Amino acid sequence: MTELPGDLLYTKDHEWLRHEDDGTVTVGITEHAATALGDLVYVELPEVGQDVESDGEMAVVESVKAASDVYAPITGSVVAVNDDLADDPEKINSEPYGEGWIVKLAPDDEIDESQLMSPDAYQQFLDELDD
Amino acid sequence: MGLRTSLYDKHVEGGARIVDFGGWDMPLHYGSQKEEHHAVRQSAGVFDVSHMTIVDLSGDRTREFLQRLVANDVAKLKDYGKALYTCMLNPAGGVIDDLIIYFLATTRYRLIVNATTREKDLAWIREQAAPFGVKVIERAELAMIAVQGPRARELAAPCIEADWRDAALALKPFNGLQAGEIFVARTGYTGEDGWEIMLPAASAPATWDRLLAAGAVPCGLGARDTLRLEAAMNLYGSDMDESVSPLEAGLAWTVAWEPADRDFIGRQPMEKLRNSPDKRRFVGLLLEDRGVLRNRQKVVVGGGGEGEITSGGFSPTLGRSIALARLPAGEYDRAQVEVRGKLLDVRIVKTPFVRNGKILIDV
Repeated sequence: MTELPGDLLYTKDHEWLRHEDDGTVTVGITEHAATALGDLVYVELPEVGQDVESDGEMAVVESVKAASDVYAPITGSVVAVNDDLADDPEKINSEPYGEGWIVKLAPDDEIDESQLMSPDAYQQFLDELDD
Repeated sequence: MGLRTSLYDKHVEGGARIVDFGGWDMPLHYGSQKEEHHAVRQSAGVFDVSHMTIVDLSGDRTREFLQRLVANDVAKLKDYGKALYTCMLNPAGGVIDDLIIYFLATTRYRLIVNATTREKDLAWIREQAAPFGVKVIERAELAMIAVQGPRARELAAPCIEADWRDAALALKPFNGLQAGEIFVARTGYTGEDGWEIMLPAASAPATWDRLLAAGAVPCGLGARDTLRLEAAMNLYGSDMDESVSPLEAGLAWTVAWEPADRDFIGRQPMEKLRNSPDKRRFVGLLLEDRGVLRNRQKVVVGGGGEGEITSGGFSPTLGRSIALARLPAGEYDRAQVEVRGKLLDVRIVKTPFVRNGKILIDV
């Protein structure tokens, strides 16, 4: 598995977040999650403008094996979705931290980062899962 | 730790993601399930199916016993090596397991039953065999490798001893041959040409290496499942079980009604269902919307009837989602499937969806 990008924050649900300069947050799933799911074949995205609640279901990713919910890591609203995933869901497998991003959110409030993990903390979290 | 086949180390070496399957540690895939799937449709793939249970039967009354045990009629097996697909039923006519029977010699037959049903199958077979004086011997010392795809036989031929190679290559579909220490059969679970070979477990790793070196792609249980779904081949436990008749699982073709006096186990209750207007349909579905059909999703048909998907998934060959489903009796060719609270349109299609690399339905 490749090294975790240092500029992202991570969740226990194996999602990642990136703070963008315009105040929005980009969200995707980690390489660990994508690998565990297997080849992605379908992504159900929310509507732009839709409100999402922290820990609420926001999208669904489906692989050859199973369907899995993607949870909103923060409370806010959807400002963009990655429409390219409709034709090429496997981007999530090949570039989970790049072209495989899923949604951009505008947070309602200041983000509570105590619920999120740094790359080092997430790496440790993954190592403990393997034990 | 689960049970391991003699090829387990090969799977780990090959980078397999290992999962539990009926108590066995088996490869799910070696990186990409889709690529493995395409390799089988376009070239050749190799599967470890050593977890399956091989049972040899012998005794003067073996044929008579099998005519009682299973719903198909082993009298159809005229030549040595010929194979028959069938179900063994409980007295209520439900499926205990589906199996392949090979005719080895006048008084000897070989059964291949599922791994997940091993214990109950062996107990049932032994119990039924006792009055016939038939010997039941599990061949746990044998491994089984399936090599499947348009190039499978060509790539695997060098694994057969030279003396037997031409005869092996001349095997017709659903025929097998003991070729030295290897039993080779032109059978499979993918809808492609190929062989299933049974050989001593100790010889399996070297044979596996040879197949890979020849260009066959190692494939896991994931690809095995999407390939068999496209080929509309049933999976025990998903498409049928002890509560389901073969007549409601698309397996009527595996039931031999003639001769009418052959009293196989489960025949009586099935006779009643045979001409019943309420007999449920077992059909193929093609999802017309985007999304993925999954096992156990509810299917809604016109007039308020409901059925269920027994096997659903994504078809890599079609690039669409397909399923097998058991639906209420009736004449209709469209339905809707409930996926996460929404109703998605599906079309009922004739199966198989794919066979020998070709798409057989209108997409």
